[in-house]
Amino acid sequence: MSRLALWLGLAVAATAPAWVWNPYHLHTLIMAGIFAVLALSLNLLLGYTGQLSLGHAAFFGIGAYATGLLTVKLEWSAWIGLLAAIVLPGVAGYVIGRLALKLRGAYFVLLTISFAGCVSLVSVNWMDLTNGPLGLPGVPPLEIALLGLPALSLRSKTAFYYVVLVAVALSYLVCVALIRSRVGRALVALRENETLAASVGIDGTHYLVLAAVVSAAMAGFGGGLYAHYTRFVSPEVFLFTYTVTMVIMVVAGGKGTLAGPIVGAVLFTVLPEALRAATSWQWQMLLYGILLVGVLFFMPEGIVPALRGLGPAARRRWSPS
Amino acid sequence: MTLEAHDLTVRFGGVAALAGVSFTVAAGTVTSLIGPNGAGKTTAFNVITGFQRPTQGTVRHDGQPITGWRPHRIAARGLVRTFQKTSVFPGLSVRENVLTGLHLRGRVGVAAALLTRGRVRAEERRLEAEAERVIDFVGLGSRRAEAASGLSYGDQRLLELAVALAAQPRLLMLDEPASGMSASEKVTVAALIGRIREQGITVFLVEHDMRLVMGISDRVLVLNYGRLIADGDPASVQRDPEVVRAYLGSGAHAHA
Repeated sequence: MSRLALWLGLAVAATAPAWVWNPYHLHTLIMAGIFAVLALSLNLLLGYTGQLSLGHAAFFGIGAYATGLLTVKLEWSAWIGLLAAIVLPGVAGYVIGRLALKLRGAYFVLLTISFAGCVSLVSVNWMDLTNGPLGLPGVPPLEIALLGLPALSLRSKTAFYYVVLVAVALSYLVCVALIRSRVGRALVALRENETLAASVGIDGTHYLVLAAVVSAAMAGFGGGLYAHYTRFVSPEVFLFTYTVTMVIMVVAGGKGTLAGPIVGAVLFTVLPEALRAATSWQWQMLLYGILLVGVLFFMPEGIVPALRGLGPAARRRWSPS
Repeated sequence: MTLEAHDLTVRFGGVAALAGVSFTVAAGTVTSLIGPNGAGKTTAFNVITGFQRPTQGTVRHDGQPITGWRPHRIAARGLVRTFQKTSVFPGLSVRENVLTGLHLRGRVGVAAALLTRGRVRAEERRLEAEAERVIDFVGLGSRRAEAASGLSYGDQRLLELAVALAAQPRLLMLDEPASGMSASEKVTVAALIGRIREQGITVFLVEHDMRLVMGISDRVLVLNYGRLIADGDPASVQRDPEVVRAYLGSGAHAHA
């Protein structure tokens, strides 16, 4: 059942540019993909270790600035920039994880918020490096240059759509590989009962740092993609709205599930755009809020666990008993 | 000699939960730590397993000082404990609980998880087989797919035991394993402790049920007000006047 859903989703996603002819709709799907990477990243911390990072936009922003600065100021290759967009936020994640040594729950939330606040202030005020609020225009597009062939630019929406699709698939596979192993069980053990985890030999700090590094690196990857897609980086990437959106996607989609963040990302990127087309902006936000509350009210565990529950319920209903 | 505690002292302000307690737990035995409420039994467990730092004193395991080590490191040496208040991974199934307890028996780290799927699969198969064995050992075979939070109280305590056993203890420390259990469940637990010991695992337990303690212990340590007041085989400890006084009050001794 879930395998069928996976292949169906993949088939729809892989053929999307063929039947989504409106470039604005394709843009929405690209943003949904970037948010899917971000939501998958947040889910590693929030869904599995149970720690809420309310500063996740910081890792997204550091990723965007890492590649933005390297490619615009130093004119490095966009691919090396993208690599730096993974590595640097990963390092930042390590620092946060170490600082969080014994901070859990509300204290962890505060630590991550403060961190995001600091990074955001740096991006606005360190004019020499970041151009401050003016931002960094002219981030180059990604290009594929095979030996001897002319460089193939991935500047078109269709091409970039596939770049993002591959990025989502990679991020998803990283999550699957981690979660379906001893490492994933250690992360879940932190969420379920950290004291018991320690008593059977699970080093809580080690695994929290590890989750923070992978999560931050993945969020940075999303930031790098965003920079090369919009070709512009500004302090706007640190907006709290990004973090809140990620949290909504993870919680509504189903935290602690592998598919939940992707479902949440697609739904909550497409929904505002659909509402924008359907109604005026006041109604748009109101309906968005009502729908969100509705989802959480009727599916408190999130969409994916609720759908999964439908399978057995339907079988029960139709089985003669 | 498996475990040596020397001069363990834990002070909370002016109160001494432990006031210079020394004892040893010999390999291959079942040793019980008893005493009235507030005698310092759980504090002793917490200090030995690294959940609490002693104000003073040392703990050695097979000659190695482990005082002040973090709990997961102590567990990795084969000192595994359970908790007085039932402690399981509530949202996970019985099987997943035990698999999580098997953490130390796996080797896969992040790099291996991301890059070597074959190795991960092989390890998962090995751990799953191991988990089945532990689940059957404690007798939760019919409950393996159920969520831990949905188990009866007695079954949760058995699951706790299974999770601790999964961590491959050489010294298993049980904090009131039979508290709150029915008489028949206590019999089950006593039999299990016997079988655990037959496997060569040293058992050190805190327990209030005297019949259970006297039935399964080779040696009994008695704590009162943070001090060790008796140490010997069950029969001699039961006769010890100071132990009788600690449990029944001084009046009982006067009439004895």
